[in-house]
Amino acid sequence: MNPTDLIDRESLRDDIPDFRPGDTLKVHVRVVEGSRERVQVFQGAAIRRQGSGIRETFTVRKVSFGVGVERTFPVHSPIIAKIERITEGDVRRAKLYYLRDRAGKAAKIKEKRDVR
Amino acid sequence: MATKAIVGEKVGMTQIWDEAQRVVPVTMVKVAALRVVRVKTPEQEGYSALQVTYGVRSASKLNKPDAGQYAKAGVEPGVRLVELRLDDTSGYSVGQEIDASILSPGDKIDVTAVSKGKGFAGGMKRHNFKGQGAAHGTHKKHRAPGSVGACATPARVFKGTRMAGHMGAERVTTLNMEVVMADPAREIILVKGAVPGPRGGLVFIRDAVKGGK
Repeated sequence: MNPTDLIDRESLRDDIPDFRPGDTLKVHVRVVEGSRERVQVFQGAAIRRQGSGIRETFTVRKVSFGVGVERTFPVHSPIIAKIERITEGDVRRAKLYYLRDRAGKAAKIKEKRDVR
Repeated sequence: MATKAIVGEKVGMTQIWDEAQRVVPVTMVKVAALRVVRVKTPEQEGYSALQVTYGVRSASKLNKPDAGQYAKAGVEPGVRLVELRLDDTSGYSVGQEIDASILSPGDKIDVTAVSKGKGFAGGMKRHNFKGQGAAHGTHKKHRAPGSVGACATPARVFKGTRMAGHMGAERVTTLNMEVVMADPAREIILVKGAVPGPRGGLVFIRDAVKGGK
């Protein structure tokens, strides 16, 4: 146990689902505009998950109007209203940076099939 | 000088989220309840200060001079004796307890500690010199300081010229830091930003003497 866990424990969230790089996620982000607050959805593939404890972050990549957009969130950030895991990806890397060099069908992530 | 002062031990750094849901880097300082062992006044000692202790130390491990201090005050022996300089000590009495409740979130404080020792450090690390080129024929002089003076006039190197030497392990005060949280129950203070010194190091906190409101 780290000595700072005493404080970290308060900010850690337990409502975040399990997800891994390669999964397709819908991240519901709280956006404050003046006094109003609304929820924006950022949907894309998780390409990285790094760090541990309170400092853990993940990056979601999507292609929007032909432009690649990546957004990095702290896993325990209070601006995340909800994370939905849409598909489970079948990938062999922990960091999917190779997707940046690919476009269209080549950038597609295989979906994991339950093999029993 | 300061109107409030407290002493603690650095625990480490972490982060929390503020009301605007932005990440705030914080240093956690463990501030156990302090016990006043001696009150120093301008009349008796020529200056005002509090001698305090915290924690528990078995009486058998004390040396004679320290044991005498505790015995005279009738205060339970603590980990170490620390002196806190204050403007006015008239409100304090021997045996009184001081804890983190004297601070509240948003307070500006000055934090004093002994910085981490860096050993014998070169000019680049110690004085932020630029060093020399990585290429263009530079040979074995990439981190060298360059010239330290002129030629026949003055025919010497001026005193105080910045050079390599011992760095760190000195008393450092960081001014105008902000208290993010002060929790006497858990004996914790969170300070925004980095506090000098290693984890476990002694940290002196006083209310900010500069900056004003």
